[in-house]
Amino acid sequence: MAKQLLKGNVAFAEAAVRFGLQAYFGYPITPQSEALEHLSGRMLREARVFLQAESEVAAINMVYGAACCGVRVMTSTSGPGFSLMAEGLSYIAGSEIPVVVVNMMRGGPGLGNIQPSQADYFFMTKSAGHGDFHPIVLAPASVQEIIDMMGLAFELAEKYRTLVLIAGDGSLGQMMESAELPPMQPLPALRPNWAVTGADGREPNVITSLYLVAEHLEEVNLRLQAKLADIRQHEVRFVEAQTADAELLLVAYGTSGRICTSVMRQARQKGIKVGLLRPQTLWPFPAQRIGELCEQVRGILVVEMSAGQMLEDVDHAAGGRVPIRFHGRMGGMIPMVDDVLADLQALATSLGLAP
Amino acid sequence: MALGMVLIDVDRCKGCGLCTHICPVSILALSKDTLNVRGYHPVMVTDTEACIGCASCAMICPDVVFTVYRRRRETRSAVARTASAQAGVISG
Amino acid sequence: MSQAVAVPEDMEQVYAYPRSLTQANSHYCPGCVHGIVHRLVAEVIDELGIREKTIGVAPVGCAVLVYNYINTDFVEAAHGRAPAMATGIKRVSPDKIVFTYQGDGDLAAIGTAEIIHAANRGERITTVFINNAIYGMTGGQMAPTTLEGMITTSTPGGRDHLLAGYPMRMSEILAQTAGAVYVAREAALDLAGIRRTKRAIKRAFLAQIHGLGFASVEVLATCPTNWGLDPWAAMQWAKENLGAFYPLDTFKITDEVKALPV
Ligand SMILES: Cc1ncc(C[n+]2csc(CCOP(=O)(O)OP(=O)(O)O)c2C)c(N)n1
Ligand code: SF4
Ligand code: SF4
Repeated sequence: MAKQLLKGNVAFAEAAVRFGLQAYFGYPITPQSEALEHLSGRMLREARVFLQAESEVAAINMVYGAACCGVRVMTSTSGPGFSLMAEGLSYIAGSEIPVVVVNMMRGGPGLGNIQPSQADYFFMTKSAGHGDFHPIVLAPASVQEIIDMMGLAFELAEKYRTLVLIAGDGSLGQMMESAELPPMQPLPALRPNWAVTGADGREPNVITSLYLVAEHLEEVNLRLQAKLADIRQHEVRFVEAQTADAELLLVAYGTSGRICTSVMRQARQKGIKVGLLRPQTLWPFPAQRIGELCEQVRGILVVEMSAGQMLEDVDHAAGGRVPIRFHGRMGGMIPMVDDVLADLQALATSLGLAP
Repeated sequence: MALGMVLIDVDRCKGCGLCTHICPVSILALSKDTLNVRGYHPVMVTDTEACIGCASCAMICPDVVFTVYRRRRETRSAVARTASAQAGVISG
Repeated sequence: MSQAVAVPEDMEQVYAYPRSLTQANSHYCPGCVHGIVHRLVAEVIDELGIREKTIGVAPVGCAVLVYNYINTDFVEAAHGRAPAMATGIKRVSPDKIVFTYQGDGDLAAIGTAEIIHAANRGERITTVFINNAIYGMTGGQMAPTTLEGMITTSTPGGRDHLLAGYPMRMSEILAQTAGAVYVAREAALDLAGIRRTKRAIKRAFLAQIHGLGFASVEVLATCPTNWGLDPWAAMQWAKENLGAFYPLDTFKITDEVKALPV
């Protein structure tokens, strides 16, 4: 299939259709509404389900209901809507149902603004609802990667029967890039045997997150934790660039990761031996690889569009072995290459690495 | 010969008493001196011969304790005749 | 166990345990009307022969474990979200019969938005709404449906509208939505009422089977435990007091629903 110029929000929506999305429920919010608008026509033309819900609370619970029927289903939103979904996300996690949610992060807290942000990192990776769970969180950095990650998201959600979040940001949603969409996939003819499809010729299926007996709920939690450990072991994904000889390491994801690619290129021209690690999964986090690189590099610069959230995970992974600096912008501001480069140079100088 | 008959699933009963109030011939009562496995005083039939098989108890019971039988239409009138004849004997 | 009694040959069974109820003993308090309405729903499912294609959505409230009793596929919704979940289920499974079973806190407080919009969209779902004028599960606090003057654990001096607003007539509100095809209120508080309630529930399921739109049945019920009354006295109190504020009526019925043979 040929490359075409695509807007991030339209790209992930169309990719989802082609990866076999059977139902979408959502509520408009900038900066992701183009996805909902695209699907409003597209899904109906494919004779699939599209519904604009009365709120994100309703949307996520519609998604939950449809997911209990064993179909590929998703919603997309941004910060304020994601906050409203937290209840549903917890129920989905508790009942181990495959669901995909895209969060195109915008400036917060509160109503904030509609500019890009990465300030929902904690929320998405560590506290997407009450109780002990982590969703898998994928972090694309380009329109092509959003497309590819939609397919991955459905696969992982179904493989582990888990919640998968895509952590985008407003600029990824709004940017136009040349990218290639996958071919149309056929929809599965059958629904999984755990789904609610009517108890015809079998015992009733009950999908619940309620376990009134503490011993039972602990068992459920232990099983859930075992699954998360499995995911942690097998699904860590990241991109590494120029780390072979690196003395310094940039760690950044999504839009910040793109910016850091430019920073790295310019720094290399100045003779700074810097590499980049861009996590593609924010949970599970590539902590082990960062730990390994700490045996080699002398310092780390973390770049985020937040006050420093992933920073805590990098810090933990580094375990005090190397100094860590942070460059963050907030409120919808995007880090500038020159500013990040200046911080990197300062780090290099402080370590006696300046050329 | 009774017109109806109820079977009582004693251990399902929670002794709420609703059926005892609803029974039109007042033949249901909570057995004050027995407890079922769940610790309730279960319902019992005080006069099996008087049951008319109306299923009122089954309709109001929240715990589906009753199975109800009623004499088929063909034999019902014969039973009624016998009953009124007997009543005649007693009153006479 | 049933008594081992031989059934005379010329007797026929006039009441049998519904096939769509499990054998589980319920967790409900003695005399709780939830049990009666569960049974009615199961009887209706039996009579319509739809058990194998029915999917229930359980509420948060005393009926949270309804899936242990009604013998169909079930999902457990978050508090008040059953109509949204039912919407998701029905939209991707239009050939299934989907119903929600909700209390008055679930439907009339935290889930008001979800029920009104599901009704307004004309979702082909059936809602059974138990109005016992109180929050049973959490220990008898005020519900939106609590009558003025009624003492609850959160209105110790009786519900005062200046402080806590007025009781809410949800069926009258739902009947205003264009997507609703059948909205009725019945009372499972005596034999005639229980029979009428069953007919209404059957009609509400039939409306869905015929793809006509949203159908709901509000059922006036009791919570003997939190009202502090014995079950029979609770029923009499409810008939007199709930019945006075919540008229039993069919607030909306389209010609198509009216024409359905129940
Ligand atoms: C989000 C949320 N808030 C509060 C609760 C606590 N809670 C559980 S049941 C309930 C009220 C139930 O009352 P109702 O719907 O009237 O049902 P009943 O128990 O009377 O049958 C509440 C407030 C909860 N489970 N979830
Ligand atoms: S109505 Fe049912 S539970 Fe209550 S006393 Fe009678 S048989 Fe027992
Ligand atoms: S608390 Fe009230 S509503 Fe809940 S089971 Fe007991 S009587 Fe029924």
